[in-house]
Amino acid sequence: MGKITGFLEFKRKKPGRRPVGERLTHWNEFEDNLSEADLRDQGARCMDCGIPFCHTGCPLGNAIPDWNDTVYRDRWEQASSRLHATNNFPEMTGRVCPAPCEEACVLNINSEPVTIKQIEKQIADRALDSGWYAPRPALRRSGKKIAIVGSGPAGLACAQQLARAGHSPTVFERDDRIGGLLRYGIPNFKMEKHLIDSRMRQMEGEGVKFRPRTNVGVNYSVEKLHKDFDAIVLAGGATEPRDLPIDGRKLKGVYYAMEFLVQQNRINEGDAVANQILAKGKKVIILGGGDTGSDCLGTSNRHGAISVHQFELMPRPPDVRNEDMPWPYWPLIMRTSSSHEEGVERDYSINTVKFTGDADGNVKQLHGVKLSWVMDSHGRRKMEEVPGSAFTLDADLVLLAMGFTGPEKPLLRKLNVELDPRGNAKVNDDYMTTIPGVFACGDMRRGQSLVVWAIWEGREAARGVDAYLMGRTDLATSPMTAPLNLGG
Amino acid sequence: MERLSEEKKAALRQAAQEHGLYNARHEHDACGMGFVAHIKGEKSHAIVRDALTVLAHMSHRGACGCDPETGDGAGILLQIPHELYKEQCSAAGITLPEAGKYAVGMLFLPTAEEPKAAAKALIERIVKEEGEEILGFRKLRVNEAAAGWLARESMPAFEQVYVKLRDTSDREAMETKLYLIRRRIENEAMLVDLSAAQGFYICSFSTRTVVYKGLIIPERFDNFYADLSDAKTKSAIALVHSRFSTNTFPSWPRAHPYRFIVHNGEINTLRGNVNWMVARDQQLASDKFGPDIKRVLPALSPDGSDSGNFDNGLELLLQTGRSLPHSIMMMIPEAWENHNEMSEAKRAFYEYHSCLMEPWDGPASIAFTDGTVVGAVLDRNGLRPSRYYVTKDDVIFMASEVGCIEVPPERVAQKGRLRPGRMLLVDTAQGRIVDDKELKDAIIARKPYAKWLRENMLTLDQVPVPDPSRLPIEWDSKNLLMRQRAHGYTREDVRIVIRPMAINGEESIGSMGNDSPLAVLSDKPQLVFNYFRQTFAQVTNPPIDPLREELVMSTRILLGAEKNLFEETPEHCHRLVLDGPIVTNEELQSIKDLDFRELRTKTLPMVFPISEGGVGLEKALSRLCGEAEAAIDQGFTVLVLSDRGHDPANAPIPSLLATGAVHHHLIREGKRTLCAIVIESGEPREVMHFCLLLGYGASVINPYLAYETLHDQVHSGNTQKVDAVKGIENYLKASHKGIRKVMSKMGISTLQSYQGAQIFEAIGLNKKVIDKYFTWTASSIEGVGLEEIAAEVAVRHHVAHEVAGLMNPELDPGGIYQWRRRGEYHMYNPESVASLQHAVRSANYKLFKSYSSKVNDNSKQLCTIRGLLEFKAATPIPIEEVESAKDIVKRFKTGAMSFGSISKEAHETVAIAMNRIGARSNTGEGGEDPERFKPMPNGDSKRSSIKQVASGRFGVTSHYLVNADELQIKMAQGAKPGEGGQLPGHKVDDVIAKVRFATPGVGLISPPPHHDIYSIEDLAQLIFDLKSANEYARISVKLVSEAGVGTVAAGVCKAKADLVLISGDSGGTGASPLTSIKYAGTPWELGLAETQQTLVINDLRRRIKVETDGQLKTGRDVAVAALLGAEEFGFGTSALVSSGCILMRVCHLNTCPVGVATQDPELRRRFKGQPEHVINFMMFVAEELREIMAQLGFRTIESMVGRVDRLEPRVAIDHYKARGLDLSRILHKPDVPADWPLHCIEAQDHGIANVLDRELMKKAMPAFERKERVSFESPVRNTDRTVGAMLSAEVSRRFGIEGLPPDTINITFHGSAGQSFGAFMAPGVSMRIEGDANDYVGKGLSGGRIVVVPPKVSSFAAEENIIAGNVVLYGATGGECYLRGRVGERFCVRNSGATAVVEGVGDHGCEYMTKGIAVILGKTGRNFAAGMSGGIAYVLNEDGKFDHRCNLGMVDIEPLSTDDITRLRALVTRHFEYTGSTVAKRVLETWDKSLAKFVRVMAREYKKVLAAEKYDTELSLLATV
Repeated sequence: MGKITGFLEFKRKKPGRRPVGERLTHWNEFEDNLSEADLRDQGARCMDCGIPFCHTGCPLGNAIPDWNDTVYRDRWEQASSRLHATNNFPEMTGRVCPAPCEEACVLNINSEPVTIKQIEKQIADRALDSGWYAPRPALRRSGKKIAIVGSGPAGLACAQQLARAGHSPTVFERDDRIGGLLRYGIPNFKMEKHLIDSRMRQMEGEGVKFRPRTNVGVNYSVEKLHKDFDAIVLAGGATEPRDLPIDGRKLKGVYYAMEFLVQQNRINEGDAVANQILAKGKKVIILGGGDTGSDCLGTSNRHGAISVHQFELMPRPPDVRNEDMPWPYWPLIMRTSSSHEEGVERDYSINTVKFTGDADGNVKQLHGVKLSWVMDSHGRRKMEEVPGSAFTLDADLVLLAMGFTGPEKPLLRKLNVELDPRGNAKVNDDYMTTIPGVFACGDMRRGQSLVVWAIWEGREAARGVDAYLMGRTDLATSPMTAPLNLGG
Repeated sequence: MERLSEEKKAALRQAAQEHGLYNARHEHDACGMGFVAHIKGEKSHAIVRDALTVLAHMSHRGACGCDPETGDGAGILLQIPHELYKEQCSAAGITLPEAGKYAVGMLFLPTAEEPKAAAKALIERIVKEEGEEILGFRKLRVNEAAAGWLARESMPAFEQVYVKLRDTSDREAMETKLYLIRRRIENEAMLVDLSAAQGFYICSFSTRTVVYKGLIIPERFDNFYADLSDAKTKSAIALVHSRFSTNTFPSWPRAHPYRFIVHNGEINTLRGNVNWMVARDQQLASDKFGPDIKRVLPALSPDGSDSGNFDNGLELLLQTGRSLPHSIMMMIPEAWENHNEMSEAKRAFYEYHSCLMEPWDGPASIAFTDGTVVGAVLDRNGLRPSRYYVTKDDVIFMASEVGCIEVPPERVAQKGRLRPGRMLLVDTAQGRIVDDKELKDAIIARKPYAKWLRENMLTLDQVPVPDPSRLPIEWDSKNLLMRQRAHGYTREDVRIVIRPMAINGEESIGSMGNDSPLAVLSDKPQLVFNYFRQTFAQVTNPPIDPLREELVMSTRILLGAEKNLFEETPEHCHRLVLDGPIVTNEELQSIKDLDFRELRTKTLPMVFPISEGGVGLEKALSRLCGEAEAAIDQGFTVLVLSDRGHDPANAPIPSLLATGAVHHHLIREGKRTLCAIVIESGEPREVMHFCLLLGYGASVINPYLAYETLHDQVHSGNTQKVDAVKGIENYLKASHKGIRKVMSKMGISTLQSYQGAQIFEAIGLNKKVIDKYFTWTASSIEGVGLEEIAAEVAVRHHVAHEVAGLMNPELDPGGIYQWRRRGEYHMYNPESVASLQHAVRSANYKLFKSYSSKVNDNSKQLCTIRGLLEFKAATPIPIEEVESAKDIVKRFKTGAMSFGSISKEAHETVAIAMNRIGARSNTGEGGEDPERFKPMPNGDSKRSSIKQVASGRFGVTSHYLVNADELQIKMAQGAKPGEGGQLPGHKVDDVIAKVRFATPGVGLISPPPHHDIYSIEDLAQLIFDLKSANEYARISVKLVSEAGVGTVAAGVCKAKADLVLISGDSGGTGASPLTSIKYAGTPWELGLAETQQTLVINDLRRRIKVETDGQLKTGRDVAVAALLGAEEFGFGTSALVSSGCILMRVCHLNTCPVGVATQDPELRRRFKGQPEHVINFMMFVAEELREIMAQLGFRTIESMVGRVDRLEPRVAIDHYKARGLDLSRILHKPDVPADWPLHCIEAQDHGIANVLDRELMKKAMPAFERKERVSFESPVRNTDRTVGAMLSAEVSRRFGIEGLPPDTINITFHGSAGQSFGAFMAPGVSMRIEGDANDYVGKGLSGGRIVVVPPKVSSFAAEENIIAGNVVLYGATGGECYLRGRVGERFCVRNSGATAVVEGVGDHGCEYMTKGIAVILGKTGRNFAAGMSGGIAYVLNEDGKFDHRCNLGMVDIEPLSTDDITRLRALVTRHFEYTGSTVAKRVLETWDKSLAKFVRVMAREYKKVLAAEKYDTELSLLATV
């Protein structure tokens, strides 16, 4: 399969990106695609491993070698079929996934991994362009109705799977548009939103109903939900942001990342936003070194920030793998996103002590200190302040991108769903909560995670629902009995 | 040592069979045999005496069990010595009529009075009932002291019964009557429990011949029966036999001769032959017997040995009125199918008779006599040796070896050998040797066979072409997925199995081992096919090379009904003949349309109502059987079982189940031979499926869904440039090729005898299913029944019909050949590989424990048999008291992985690691660079302490052998038992070529068999050879687990191996067809347990060590292995994974990305393994083992070996399939005396203490000490085996690979040299024989020179007589050999460096040769130069027909160049100088004229490589010879 000696003949090739100067002038995606010929060569690099570790690397268990091969052999429609067999939304994961598959790629032992993510993206795009997104309505309808609360990747994947199994799912979304974090969390320059709309059209064709602006438990009662539906799936995400309760937190100019990102995404959708938080002409400090931090960074630079700093509490990770995190495990190494190319000062082992502001209550400075990480007597790492390292940095806008602590609780409480020790919805092996007929999946069940995991959760929960309603399920599964320690 | 009483032994055997894994049906034998006859029929005692001498001198071809004085059997068949009997009888008060008018029954009787009397009464009654008269019984005088204690314990009483027949006018009629009487006695004896086991057996019952035999070692045989030493015992004919059996419980009746034959070899297709004969029984009708025919039947005895059954079958054919040679020709036909030189008439004879009976296939040398004619014949492949002398005074001596009796050279008129397919026949009535051609011409001309065939036999192209409108639609894309799912297709089936067959015309090759669960332990629904494993030849018979020896193979198959064997009519060949069993849709339609005289076809639906589950399935099967029977009764002769009609309500019946059900039902009903079974099914798609269907009785298969899938693939553009027509053609080609390969693994040549032969064992089917549908199939652990099988069908059926295609338009991923999420489970998966590598690299035992607990848990998740076992709780001991890990690892070995399949870096890393911890690494079969024998500066050593000797013999020199601590004979390899190998030219780089004595860039072939091991006594010979070549090394034999491996292991122990390795089926490989990786062999747990049980109950365990390997991964695995009976342990894949392997499974592609299994310099640089990683793994495993030992209370491994009582099956197995498993037979512990050990405590006696070489070495001392030239003479005889090897070992030890200067040690021998003369002879040794030599002259010749010439006084023409036997110069790497005379088959096989001159060779000359020069100054046999990839042969093509006999697959025949002429002249001159050859003289005298008749045979690839770059150096090397 593939080309047997392809990995020796071709080098890894990534597509180009538009120059920084150009890309900062708009909100659209700025990554090029590889030419068809180049992509074929990249597909040929796949070694068709006896054990494709990439499979394990991918939470969805995407049949990566199979579609790498079909791309190499120019059989795109087959590639699309094979890709969609395990992944409902490859156009999304092909853009926003950190690609643990590539970390686990066998070529990554002593060479550079196959450009799996790029191949995935281009298959998905080609499928869209070629009309292979045609709805696949089920041949037989079960007549069962399912309410899915939350329209993020988990909810959408779950809905699509259930529709294909012949059920009638309705997706509830409290916001005005469908998509959850996909819609309002991820900036357009990472993923353009028409992709969601295309999927919605496909899903509607398969019998999925969408109910935006419907906040279950607020403007749609829980009782009605129970009455109207045969099963309920909670996929509301883990939207409770982690706060930084220090002096000056209440100053104007200190915001959660999501407050900042959502506003810009609404603008991009064509909505008007009053009093938008803008970085233009400001000194911006982003706290948190993850993907959300990166998104804030890209957005700030597009706004026209004077300067952007990004601080991370943890020490700077090594540039390459070390013995503690050997292949194929997900390595905690220094990662640089496209947004970092656009201008940022990054620093690590920084503890923010307090913010100070001006008389109007606007934030003006961040007070921080350097940390050093040491082993305690139990062999655990702990942090100590570095004496004399206290510093102060000017700041007009501080964005808190330190992750999420878990799902919002009110709806869970209304439904009497039991929580696990981490505050997520507790479910059994079939994704059913402690309340019969009520299921949970995605970040709401596992805590904040990657889009791929959300899709996986949605698919697996759909199996649970199907089995609950029908006594058995024929929906495909992608068992993850022994997950390697992978990203997210 | 405690001895067992007879009852106790019987009980032990019974228990072993009922509760353990031992099964008497697996026993094999082989041996030495021969006859002495006076051609003119003059009776004398001298003939008898000489025959006994021959017998005594073949004792090394027989074997002894645990009692060295109890042989496996010996015997003699004589003409009735009337003079003696007359005298003896009259003393006993019996008056005998004149010679020939009475019959003598030679009886084994029970020793206890009561049953003895009952037996005699039975004989008396039946003889009387048949109207004949008993003259009396005579007790035979025997010398009990000549028998060993074991033999004495089962010794019967010996008597003869004399019967006077009323009608003595017709000798044939008399014999028929006696046959009827004997069969009646035998049948009725069974009814009253008087079987052979009780001591009752009729050795012979005839007016012509008598058989004396017993469990006596050959040397003492003449001492046993007083009759034999009486000078009045006179005969003109005497057949003798010395038996070597793998079995175990010695048996008096199983000694040879039988009533007509002695047999050396093995009938591979026995199960099929017996089944077909049973099926034929009920169709037999004969005027001669009338209704009595029922009393004669069954013709065969299902529990008899292969030789016994062959004799029974032959006897039946004789009763049909066919002559003895005619009958033999039916049972062992020549390879007529592809014989380009055979006459039409003879071909017609064989073709006609193929309609009557399938061949009895297997290596065989059979000598036969009816008391008047005496003869011998070889199987079609000539796999057993047989040589003869004819003397000037009309005596013929035929035996497996020459020199068994000393015949003064001047008395010898002719020396010959039997040839494949040729019959040697002496007619004492006519007083002459009847020439093969004359004999057969007479038989062939009996009836107008060719005319009959023309008028009655049909081929497919004679059948009308079916109307296209009646053909099924070839591609129905709408329903394809549904149908594929109904039959369990996976993406791998399409992508890895079917598509490559269509594109390449060959099955896919894979690598590494199979680490997925047994079908019965898999969570995925399995096809019934997956519950079977192929069995294969190891030791007791050789596999065949289906590519290079294709000329003996045939996939021809016949449809229609068989007719009464007693008749011979034109209608007997009214059959439809096909070239191969897999047919297209069009061909199937033609078959379905058959309606021509008796050829009529009926189609029966092969479906069952899915809602009714197992009950419905059972009902449907009996309905199908009933319909089949009814169809036969209506006169249909071809039955098509078809699952075309499956629909949402009716699922396909698994095709194998239906086939077996109908086949066995019809056998039981006696109607099987009246029809052929054709399978039209969507289920079969790969070679194993086809083989199973054929093996269980199908004649023809139409795999329609595979074709449709192919159409779909072509349509989707997945088949490159291959269109559907070509694709199907290729698929058929690949299928038939694959079938031939599977047949060849068992050494079976013709599909006709493979069909119905059931060369499989079942794993995981319950007894009910086996007994009813797969009768006689070996099955050791029970398993699923029809209910579970139906449930598995239901899962597929549901997915096919209930899961809408749109929901998931993709087939199941499969995941058998490559790991896949959602696919089949694998023991090596991302998690286990990653965690093991992490553990050994960071030297972290805690991480290892987390790896091993996952693996151990996984095996509890029902992947392996060991996962189903648990340790019994015991009182723990402190871990400090347990043997140290440092000591334990000394029992560890790494698997045999050749340098060639894996990289130098990987190979040496493993070797260094194992040497550092005192464990053992293995060279694999590719030789080893002598550089590695020297210690490294840092004290490390790269020397592999185990040196493997495999069929290719690459790099096996005397020097290689002396540098070993253990020499391992690889009989089979877990991933591909029964197959050879091939190292493609691109992997043969300079270093590999040097180590393998090959040419860089030229591909190398390992033959499927060792060409010096076609049976068990041959293995004994190779063990003796190797022990002689390095007496300090222990000799081990590697077998692969399969049903019956225990009895083979017993044979291996008797053959004097020091260790037997039982390899599991899951072991790795560098390259093998996927069918073999997946379907051949069984898990080591089964083979190991069977081996341990068999060795223990025979008390052989005390003298042989047992090792096991095959996916051993953790300390727990090792603990289970030890408890089941292993004391040493091998690790292959796990050692590689420790050093970086990530199971890419591309070893065969040379693209290993981590530098383990590749020779690509760029990729080799990527190898990152360190010896420490391997050491860590070994130490971790030992450490974990210690923890288990402590927990179980064992202080030492030794105390643990064989303690199966400390294992128990896991309780609460809740897997729906695994629930039915019964592991009690694995856990059976034989109830033997307490002092019979469970592990090895004694060394083998290799019999090398007083060999001739010791004398030679004494005389050669000056050469050893001072390199002084020595010359001396010595007598030699056939019992002096492997002469020169030990002497050469001393040379290699003292002087290294260069040895001594030429002709330093010169020895001239007089006499007939035993086997393996000059084996592994080192440089500087020159040996000359004046006399002749047996097989394997110059085996592994590593330098030096061998000359064999007839004695000076001989008067025959040397070039027309046989001077040496088969397989001369096998695997030679250097040296010279000059033979004045002709030699047998396979001259210079796998020669990789020796230069040889000979005056004529048998079949398969220069096979697989890679280097060296062979000059043939005479005729060659067929198939010359098959698989020859290097070296040069010069052949004197005197009759101009050499091109007919040369296999042009790889070589060209061409004229000689100037260089060639110079070289040839030098060699012929030398031949003349050394041998005085008259041929050489003549050639030299007429040089210019002779030259025109010489041709050069050279491999095309070799020539190309030489021409490209190395021509000069290579040729200059050649020139220096």
